[in-house]
Amino acid sequence: MENLLHRYRNITILVAVVFAQLLGLAIQVRKTNGDESSRLIRVWAVNLVTPFEKAIVWMQHGTGNMWREYVYLRGVRQENRDLKMEIERLRLEQVRLSEDAEQARRLQNLLAFKEQFVSKTIPAQVIGGSGSEQSRSVFIDKGSNDGIANDMAVITADGIVGKVLHVYGSTSQILLINDQSSGVGAILENSRLQGVLRGTTVGEVVLERVMSDETVAAGELVRTSGGDAIFPKGLPVGTVTKVNRTPESFLSIQVKPAVNLSKLEEVLVVTEKQERVPAMADKSSERAVDILARRLPSVPDKPADPKAQAGTTPPNQAADATKPKPNTVTPKPQGVAASEGATAQGTAPKKTEPAKKPAQSVIEVSDGVTKNPTPPAPKPAVEEPKPPAEQDQPQ
Amino acid sequence: MQITYTSGDQTEVYRFSLPVAIAVPLVAILLQSFLPVRMPFFSLFDLPLLVTIFFAVARRSQVSGMLTGALIGLVQDSLSHQHIGLYGIAKTVVGYGASSLGVKLDVENAGTRLLLTFVFYCLHQIIYFGVARGLVGLNLAWSWSHELGAATANAILSVFLFLAMDRLKLRA
Repeated sequence: MENLLHRYRNITILVAVVFAQLLGLAIQVRKTNGDESSRLIRVWAVNLVTPFEKAIVWMQHGTGNMWREYVYLRGVRQENRDLKMEIERLRLEQVRLSEDAEQARRLQNLLAFKEQFVSKTIPAQVIGGSGSEQSRSVFIDKGSNDGIANDMAVITADGIVGKVLHVYGSTSQILLINDQSSGVGAILENSRLQGVLRGTTVGEVVLERVMSDETVAAGELVRTSGGDAIFPKGLPVGTVTKVNRTPESFLSIQVKPAVNLSKLEEVLVVTEKQERVPAMADKSSERAVDILARRLPSVPDKPADPKAQAGTTPPNQAADATKPKPNTVTPKPQGVAASEGATAQGTAPKKTEPAKKPAQSVIEVSDGVTKNPTPPAPKPAVEEPKPPAEQDQPQ
Repeated sequence: MQITYTSGDQTEVYRFSLPVAIAVPLVAILLQSFLPVRMPFFSLFDLPLLVTIFFAVARRSQVSGMLTGALIGLVQDSLSHQHIGLYGIAKTVVGYGASSLGVKLDVENAGTRLLLTFVFYCLHQIIYFGVARGLVGLNLAWSWSHELGAATANAILSVFLFLAMDRLKLRA
């Protein structure tokens, strides 16, 4: 017997080692939350490897920064000029977009629509991966010490990346959206069809659960729907590249992620989301048309009409003046309005406010007739362009 | 390319110093985790597997081969988000098999190493997929072309890697 054991000693040890690991696997599979049973081993392994990865990334960035910021400065002047032009272009675009956003906010307010806003993010550096083709996850250099928690959304400026899967002291593991165990609520931007975004076994991303009787075109943008309670609504996910019909009554839509998931360097972890009904525009906020009016060259006013000098205005003009403007909302204290709204930012004077009156620009309204207490001075032949606030005033 | 069948007495048995025995697997795991993020094509390689095979055939001890494989595999499992034990089991068997062959074959020449790595990579993947799909129920895609390509790439890399690591060997 002893001889037999000695003869088969190695194979017995092999069987025992494999059996022990199979037993461990069985325990993990059986437990609903298998991660908890293997937490200790994972912590050891991660703490063994990630400090070295952090050190490598730190050295890599140090060298790179030194090269870029002190040695390799060719083309910086041209780049600076280009960026300035880009800023000017974006400022104009911002004006246009702020007008649209304002309108959208008003409509959302009417519908009492609740929005989720990304209110706080933490930037993090990708320091390593899982090292396995079957596990599409990466490690970042921020952990529970930095306020990271499980199931937080991870994004970049281009779109979504994944969610926080495991959190350790100074590192976290991020499950990428192209892993087959991930799932993200997504919506097609044009057709407004909703589905579930999943990774495939080969690392691609597909949108599932879209009915096959719908029409989806390649090139359509995919955004987060907010239905998974992890990603805020409206973040870019990717673009539709291919639409396949499955034997079931669903489409399988192949999506090219907006973020290059195979070359991640910096990411943002969404640590706080705010859910609120978007407030109506603040009265003190600047209207887009006013900004445009201030920037564009204005047409000089015509010489004053003698009729207007008599202290009356045409009936239709007077009626317009008494009507509340569509963009004006709840009145504010006069002092604030005079300093912020009417004068400084060029919005229409607060005609309905009865309190204090600014000395020069106050319009008195009574019985449908607009009066200016001070008669207009004779205008010079060539006028300086007036601020929009004055131009808006009825003469 | 010659595969020599030798007796156990003729084969050279090597050992490694403790720092090397700890540092080399650790560096392999570190590079495996770090490089694919910067160079996606590197995910084709399995450096921890190559190190397992190298240690197993050099030591020519089945017990140390399988234990080295088990430890490396378990650490590799811990860095993934899959269940712990998938790589562990596969590398345990590979460590045992490589050290068993190391006793019987001349594993010093490049041809043997190329063939050995190719075969053990395939065995490793078969065991990994078998356990993952059969026992854990993971839905993994098997592609013969991909696996054979990866096996060839790993085999070629092993020739150069083993040549570099030969300098770390000490005569037992």
